[in-house]
Amino acid sequence: MTTYATPGSEDAKVTFKPRYENWIGGEWVKPVEGQYFEDISPVNGKPFAEVARGTAADIELALDAAHRAAPAWGKTSATERAAVLNRIADVIDANTELLAVAETWDNGKPVRETLNADIPLAADHFRYFASAIRAQEGAFAEMDGSMTAYHYHEPLGVVGQIIPWNFPILMAVWKLAPALAAGNAIVLKPAEQTPVSILVLIELIGDILPPGVVNIVNGFGVEAGKPLASSPRIRKIAFTGETTTGRLILQYASANIIPATLELGGKSPNVFFKDVADHDDAFYDKAQEGFVLFAFNNGEVCTAPSRALIEKPIYDSFLGDAVARTAKAIQGNPLDTDTMVGAQASNDQLEKILSYIDIGKQEGAKLLLGGERVDLGGDLSGGYYVQPTIFEGHNKMRLFQEEIFGPVLAVTSFDGYDDAISIANDTLYGLGAGVWSRNGNVAYRAGRDIQAGRVWVNNYHAYPAGAAFGGYKSSGIGRENSRLALDHYQQTKNLLVSYSEDKLGFF
Amino acid sequence: MSVIETVSATVTVPGETVPRVEFLPATVELLRMLWGKFGPLMFHQSGGCCDGSSPMCFAAGDFLTSDRDVLLGRLDIAPTGGEPQVIDFWMSVEQFEYWSHTFLSVDVVPGRGSGFSLEAPEGKRFMIRSRLMEGFGPDA
Repeated sequence: MTTYATPGSEDAKVTFKPRYENWIGGEWVKPVEGQYFEDISPVNGKPFAEVARGTAADIELALDAAHRAAPAWGKTSATERAAVLNRIADVIDANTELLAVAETWDNGKPVRETLNADIPLAADHFRYFASAIRAQEGAFAEMDGSMTAYHYHEPLGVVGQIIPWNFPILMAVWKLAPALAAGNAIVLKPAEQTPVSILVLIELIGDILPPGVVNIVNGFGVEAGKPLASSPRIRKIAFTGETTTGRLILQYASANIIPATLELGGKSPNVFFKDVADHDDAFYDKAQEGFVLFAFNNGEVCTAPSRALIEKPIYDSFLGDAVARTAKAIQGNPLDTDTMVGAQASNDQLEKILSYIDIGKQEGAKLLLGGERVDLGGDLSGGYYVQPTIFEGHNKMRLFQEEIFGPVLAVTSFDGYDDAISIANDTLYGLGAGVWSRNGNVAYRAGRDIQAGRVWVNNYHAYPAGAAFGGYKSSGIGRENSRLALDHYQQTKNLLVSYSEDKLGFF
Repeated sequence: MSVIETVSATVTVPGETVPRVEFLPATVELLRMLWGKFGPLMFHQSGGCCDGSSPMCFAAGDFLTSDRDVLLGRLDIAPTGGEPQVIDFWMSVEQFEYWSHTFLSVDVVPGRGSGFSLEAPEGKRFMIRSRLMEGFGPDA
């Protein structure tokens, strides 16, 4: 085991600056109104840096810089842009521990996850889109013997991106990499709960990018996010968050007639068919882990498998094993590489999770594990820790219908295939799902029948850059990851060319 | 200075006879301050993802509601004898189908931001506390 030193202490991998400004036009720019807010680490509940509290005036400065940069950046060759993205990836790889510790301190997630998932995936994401843009080809079609339609990909220009707090660096990269690859300039607003880690990244990679191509303005949603999302100076807005703000974003986009991509969360079913327990082998062990993955990232994942559906014949035994396995999950200092469950990202998130545990009890759900706030004592006493919690109930309970965004699992049983699909699809959302079966036919059919944009079959929580990610139903619009993401950052230019001297003959 | 009391909603859901939303005193106090700053206010209950399940507070009319939303109640936060300060509380129809068995108390906790909700810069967050409504149940 390793426990990383607290940021700022001797031997620490990262020392935060006492104050972070906005990143505009390739330099640090003080907020126009001169105000700052504190960034609080959920690890100990204490502020560790001041961050610019951006407003509409700062968004305008960032848009100015982006508009200055966009024309030249949009004209660079795919080769040049790919080289920039690959250099960024190399710098991320060279600074994995620094970024992982910074991310853990800002967000509260276990460092084993930032070291092995968030940061390596971020680097790979840039490499994927470096490759994707170089491999992308336009299209042409012969209309008739003397007319050809040429289709070119062109950047949109300046785009806005609003980032959530659950994977502050990785979610920013999911949006930055395709937008940059496609040749856009960006104004990005991080979440106010986790504003700093992305600035630590931009400190490392800022000089690789031409000034103004990426601009970062921090601040509160209503003061900085809204002016960005509603600005007539962006050609597209991308947002990850919840449904009400998602609708607002669409509303603002409609006023400007621009596209919006939305990733709005889910209540993902994780379906375990009875043959999973046919043998006590490596696959059974994998499926058991798949159940416990509801606690991955402290449950703060839009695709968290927060509803476990277990087929009746194996319900008691499979659930018994899974609860015992969850009970062994180590909760502790997020900077300890042995820690599996860290801190929730903010105090209000902690309070909300506790309020759901309360409503679960009121609704008559049976508490099988956890259910309490945890005081880890010492320096961590003020941190936001909740026990991994498992409830047994039925799908009409709010526990089963709302995204709690914490390590809280709702478990129920099903009676046969049709019942499984019916329960799985009885939700507002359709972002993720898991299907576990040794029978490939059953797994395939279930994967196709569940209405979700991503169905993990015999695995869960893998996020390779090449696999499309996005929602059905109220989970959003558009796809991230995979080359499909490029479509959301590109215009189609059609050159319709006549190779004939003959006029139409109308006039 | 009078003590601020919990404000209960009027009944606005067709066919119903009991309120289904209330503002706790700390909420009323914060809303009065926000009303002074931004003018008339509204709520829309969110769902899903990071800041989901949070009641979002906007300047009245900022969020466009439609017939795909349910008005859960109207709440007057004005002090006794003052000009009415009525706040509408909305939720989407599809979300209401799953929430209708619960009564919502809007509370305030220290916190950091949530969507474009107006209270975030104050370092506070509105939060829902729920209890079961009599006569309603999460039927299996």
